[in-house]
Amino acid sequence: MKALVAVKRVIDYNVKVRVKADHTGVETANVKMSMNPFDEIAVEEALRLREAGTVEEVIAVSAGVPQCQETIRTALAMGADRGVLIQTEAELQPLAVAKLLKAVIEREQPEIVIIGKQAIDDDCNQTGQMLAALLGWPQATFASKLAISGRHAEVTREVDGGLETVAFDLPAIVTTDLRLNEPRYASLPNIMKAKKKPIAVTTPEELGVDVAPRLVTLKVEEPKKREGGVKVGSVAELVDKLKLEARVI
Amino acid sequence: MAVLVVAEHDGAALKPATLNAVAAAAEIARLAGSDVHVLVAGSGCAAVAEAAAKIAGVAKVRLADDAAYAHGLAENVAPLLVKLAPDYSHILAPATTAGKNLMPRVAALLDVMQISDISAVEAADTFVRPIYAGNALATVQSKDPIKVITVRGTAFPPVEAAGGSAAVEPVETTGSAGLTEFVRAELSKSERPELTSARVIISGGRGMQSGENFRLLESVADKLGAAVGASRAAVDAGFVPNDYQVGQTGKIVAPELYIAVGISGAIQHLAGMKDSKVIVAINKDEEAPIFQVADYGLVGDLFKVVPELDEELGKRLK
Repeated sequence: MKALVAVKRVIDYNVKVRVKADHTGVETANVKMSMNPFDEIAVEEALRLREAGTVEEVIAVSAGVPQCQETIRTALAMGADRGVLIQTEAELQPLAVAKLLKAVIEREQPEIVIIGKQAIDDDCNQTGQMLAALLGWPQATFASKLAISGRHAEVTREVDGGLETVAFDLPAIVTTDLRLNEPRYASLPNIMKAKKKPIAVTTPEELGVDVAPRLVTLKVEEPKKREGGVKVGSVAELVDKLKLEARVI
Repeated sequence: MAVLVVAEHDGAALKPATLNAVAAAAEIARLAGSDVHVLVAGSGCAAVAEAAAKIAGVAKVRLADDAAYAHGLAENVAPLLVKLAPDYSHILAPATTAGKNLMPRVAALLDVMQISDISAVEAADTFVRPIYAGNALATVQSKDPIKVITVRGTAFPPVEAAGGSAAVEPVETTGSAGLTEFVRAELSKSERPELTSARVIISGGRGMQSGENFRLLESVADKLGAAVGASRAAVDAGFVPNDYQVGQTGKIVAPELYIAVGISGAIQHLAGMKDSKVIVAINKDEEAPIFQVADYGLVGDLFKVVPELDEELGKRLK
């Protein structure tokens, strides 16, 4: 079977984001971009399935500007077999991305689709669930463990109270949580090899998907800054402050 | 057209996050001049519906009782919401793992965008939501005919759980989609308050060095009636289970007092706790970024400071 992973190009998680002076968004010019960390976990999980002989091929898909090719190359350097870029300059919201992925999935016919539970830019946490809805497939979100045997899968999910396990038949959508695995680094030879791996380019028009945004961003602002406080010299002073000044204990 | 809130519950009792979501719904309903309804979907959950009917400001409770809803599987509950949707202008749920799992599936089936984790209501179609781990706030306007929303609990003070007297109306259920089977839950058992509704939280980070050492925090937590949390680093290291994690991708908390012990203060952690009323940081590295957001910082070795704090609280909180 085939595995499909979706990878998003986002501002690197180490970058301190800055809101633009005109409040239309955040500064992205000359800012380091990387693969969404949750999507790296998705790529890693798919590669492990291939190494275990469960899947034969791993396809990495990204949607967005031409530079998303670099994000796909990262997945290829980690070990994915080939890439698909859905190229567009349009603003893409999760519903549109889910529709684009659905169109690619109908062409490629993967039996397992693994994507990050959320992107660290818009923090939406929607695309996997939406994709599962559109395909009428089972969804296993926030996965910390995935076991496939034949066409049956069991996923342990990280939920607010602890862990929950669900089971279903493939095809299905799995979204990754932090503890699913630790993604590998791409080795230099693999980075070189990745340059020769194929990336097919398509567009929303070619896939017949209307990507018009449903949400209009009216403005983006900085949150109120929290003022740093004081240093206290002793535990006794701390307890005094909490009791008498802050009155929280 | 009313505003519908999907109640979060465990089959026996309502989860407190429901009250925060009702608060957001009440604001929308006030702007739209409409009513707030609550949906209780579950199996054998009539008692939960009775509790929901008492929530202040709720006009009607809709009870969907079906074995298929027992574990809140999104594959089964989403079609129910799609069926109820024509009666509603907005459908809200708490931005908990349950709400985040369910609501995008509902939105996609309705062909609308979901609006994640709102922290303020500007108008019936305009909402504020944090992006980039809370380092920016986006004000977004929805052009969809029905708004499907998850609510950041810490941004909306809970409504009263008592005082209402709504009618409970059973609804026809949609049964099982036959896609997914619930296998088991391994839920942490604790006598302590839940992280997301605790008045005081004490959290440990990588500096705790082991799971064993979290006992130091537990002792303090017992004295303060606090919940115990952790940074991602402490969870990844296996010191404590995943449900302890506070941060961008863990739980978002805003207690009256947050005590961060051995936590350096990565932006991903700050994203989960910086709206706390009072923050205390205990760390041996005086350059740790956590001190930039702390109201009270104590530089020192936590293995000396925390037992001292424990003892001092024991003496002074009698």
